[in-house]
Amino acid sequence: MTLHPSLSARLFATDDRRLWWGLGAAALVLLVVIPALNLLPTPGSALHVPNYVVTLLGKYLCYATLALAMDLVWGYCGVLSLGHGAFFALGGYAMGMFMMRSIGARGVYGNAELPDFMVFLNWKELPWYWMGFDQFWFAALMALLVPGALAFVFGWLAFRSRITGVYLSIITQAMTYALMLAFFRNEMGFGGNNGLTDFKDILGFPLAQPSTKLALYLLSALVLGLAFLLVRFVITSKLGRIMMAVRDAESRVRFLGYSPTHVKLFAFTLSAMLAGLAGALYVPQVGIINPSEFSPANSIEIAIWVAVGGRGTLVGAVLGAFAVNGAKTWLTGAAPELWLFLLGALFIAVTLGLPKGLLGLWGQIRRKEVRDA
Amino acid sequence: MKILILALLAFLACAPARADEFSDAVRALNADNFADKIAAVETLAGLGDGRAATILEAMSDGNLLATKDGAILIQRASGFTDALTQAPASGEGAEPITVNNRLRGALRGAVGRLGLFSPDAELRKRAAESVLTSPTPESAGMMRRALANETVPEVRTLLALALANLDLADEDPARRRAAVAALRDSSDPLSRGRLQAMLENETDSEVRAAAEKAVSEINFRLSLVSIGANIFQGLSLGSVMLLAAIGLAVTFGVMGVINMAHGEMIMLGAYTAFVVQELFRAFLPPGLIGWYLPVAVPVAFVVTFLVGVALERSVIRFLYGRPLETMLATWGISLMLQQLVRSIFGASNREVANPDWMTGGVDLIGGFTLTYNRVVIIIFCMAVLGALAALLRWSSFGLHMRAVTQNRPMASAMGIPTGRIDAATFGLGSGIAGMAGVALSQIGNVSPNLGQGYIVDSFMVVVFGGVGSLWGTLVGALSLGLVNKILEPYAGAMLGKILVLVVIILFIQKRPRGLFALKGRSVES
Repeated sequence: MTLHPSLSARLFATDDRRLWWGLGAAALVLLVVIPALNLLPTPGSALHVPNYVVTLLGKYLCYATLALAMDLVWGYCGVLSLGHGAFFALGGYAMGMFMMRSIGARGVYGNAELPDFMVFLNWKELPWYWMGFDQFWFAALMALLVPGALAFVFGWLAFRSRITGVYLSIITQAMTYALMLAFFRNEMGFGGNNGLTDFKDILGFPLAQPSTKLALYLLSALVLGLAFLLVRFVITSKLGRIMMAVRDAESRVRFLGYSPTHVKLFAFTLSAMLAGLAGALYVPQVGIINPSEFSPANSIEIAIWVAVGGRGTLVGAVLGAFAVNGAKTWLTGAAPELWLFLLGALFIAVTLGLPKGLLGLWGQIRRKEVRDA
Repeated sequence: MKILILALLAFLACAPARADEFSDAVRALNADNFADKIAAVETLAGLGDGRAATILEAMSDGNLLATKDGAILIQRASGFTDALTQAPASGEGAEPITVNNRLRGALRGAVGRLGLFSPDAELRKRAAESVLTSPTPESAGMMRRALANETVPEVRTLLALALANLDLADEDPARRRAAVAALRDSSDPLSRGRLQAMLENETDSEVRAAAEKAVSEINFRLSLVSIGANIFQGLSLGSVMLLAAIGLAVTFGVMGVINMAHGEMIMLGAYTAFVVQELFRAFLPPGLIGWYLPVAVPVAFVVTFLVGVALERSVIRFLYGRPLETMLATWGISLMLQQLVRSIFGASNREVANPDWMTGGVDLIGGFTLTYNRVVIIIFCMAVLGALAALLRWSSFGLHMRAVTQNRPMASAMGIPTGRIDAATFGLGSGIAGMAGVALSQIGNVSPNLGQGYIVDSFMVVVFGGVGSLWGTLVGALSLGLVNKILEPYAGAMLGKILVLVVIILFIQKRPRGLFALKGRSVES
């Protein structure tokens, strides 16, 4: 793999070599060490990574990709979208529809053409918007294009009329809320309340098999890595500089002759497509997608991952997604009543005490060391 | 004289005949098959004799017995009486008369119709209502007799209507025309249905024209009623949205603080109502329970006011000028409050009862009911809005508040304690949310998630109406409520809601600052 020298210089140039060492180490752990520990040692030995941990990590990797998408639009462009869960869920639904179609005649009702819930609703034929979802390439394309198109239209309307700040947050929240209500309806043809589930396999590989899960995990890790490079590529470009300028002083950017509308629209749409991709990878791993993914609370939680890790830093977003979700998995198992208290406290503590998140904290400590030395 | 005697003779001849008919019918109640029994019941009901009601009621309760020699007895707690003579009798060897479901249905109908002859006007009215909903051709004669003796106007109208319904099928066109004329003034969908059914095979052109006119008149009245009902329901929904949003109009509109924990203030208010109700139940005489609601309103205000002040002083004041961070921090607060309430009161719904004076409602024409709790909420909501507007306009606190909003450094220079005003303003917004919670506890479930259902709607109302304008909040809430309810019959509740959200999202594109935008320099900063 050879990169154009100037491009590689731009992507990898940093004043902090340690960051790249860290990222390389993380990639090594995620892509080599964990799969090796899952496959090689016998189950039950101390070194063995159980299958459920692999699936769990795969989920976190999707969340991390989603956090990157959020960071691109919030951390670098200053647009706090409280509807990013909607893009994630739309991507997930696209993949869910593909897997629904590939169940074929193995469903409860044995109808080769229609998914079970449609048979149950007494539908006679497939709605037009389900056409094509029996093809993987089409579903994968839709997982990117549907969120992208929604973000493009919504963003174009919103940014054009200069809806900024909290107003934008509120209407993005209304958007995901409206979608949630819509997807709850049986007549929409997306399984209503129950959503899409009971998937059997993806591209012929049974979902229940550990090797499929491991492959999905590896794919998620790879996608996270590529998303990281992509976002990094965007923010180190000239466009990325204007993005940050829009975040810091929008009207000044406008007076300098740039169009903040276009810049924001680009960031928003790209971010939505990334979120859709994360959703498409997420659904095969958890085995279900339902309308509660659209709930406004989910979208706000994405913002807190980014805020906890440190917004405006890519590593921070990934770190935040892992830290918050790791804590969630652990606490909802260990002390379910405490989880919401802790999450709430985290929201408050981070906004009051750590405006730059965990990474900011680390930076502060390091600067202090330098000063003291 | 001769005539008089003849008449007397005729009467005497007639009276025993009727009496015999009655006793024959009573004896026939013990017929061998159910068809004959039903026929006997119908005969008895048609005779309109006052004694029949008791006998038929006893029969449907299984308390009518027959002896071997054919006497019919009524069994009571006190003993047996003869059904015809009402003399005490011995119940030896008497067997209960068997009843089946079809017969029981006939008995119920017969007892209902016999109520037309009861001395109790209330019973007569109920009987008239029952024959109005299901008139049978057999009861026509009886209804005419009842109508002739009836003195209470209300019952007369009902009977006349019921008769008119029957007369629609009469052979005499004149009678049919009279019936149509009588039904013209009714607003009953049932009468309209009967008129329409009659139109299908009416041959007389004059009656036809009259009936068509009557149907269109009834249609017009019914559509007026349904418009009225829609408006009332829309106002009711709008007032609920308004109550939820007024507090937000203060914290978001006046202070610019995005309080995502606003819904939880509503929830706390509702739980305060619950606690006050439980305290009343536990410590005060049962007669006073109806008063818990007026007590809960100020208590809820104080509780949520204090919670609001505490939040403002401990968290929000450090985040002024950073709206996005405020949003996240208050979201955290809302999660904690929800979990707190869930830990204390449990996750399930709590029951907050309507006081007696709020239950029930006024029945209006066309099957539409004006429920008291909705009416009370509309009035309460307007009172809260009025009080808030007056407070902002005329009190010195309101003056200080407006001054701080418009120009903080200048207000501070004039000696206004801006910090204290901030805390009090946030407390006021929270307190109003708490009072809204008391009101909402009367029409919905009280659960830890109560607030979540209102938060998106409230923000929509405030943004739609225009931030910082109470008037805008009022218009925004009421118009959203109305649009929601008007769309509902066509689109369904959920789709209606989705449409409204989409419309608001589009509307904000056009007018980012809402219906009633504040103007002036302070807006831009």
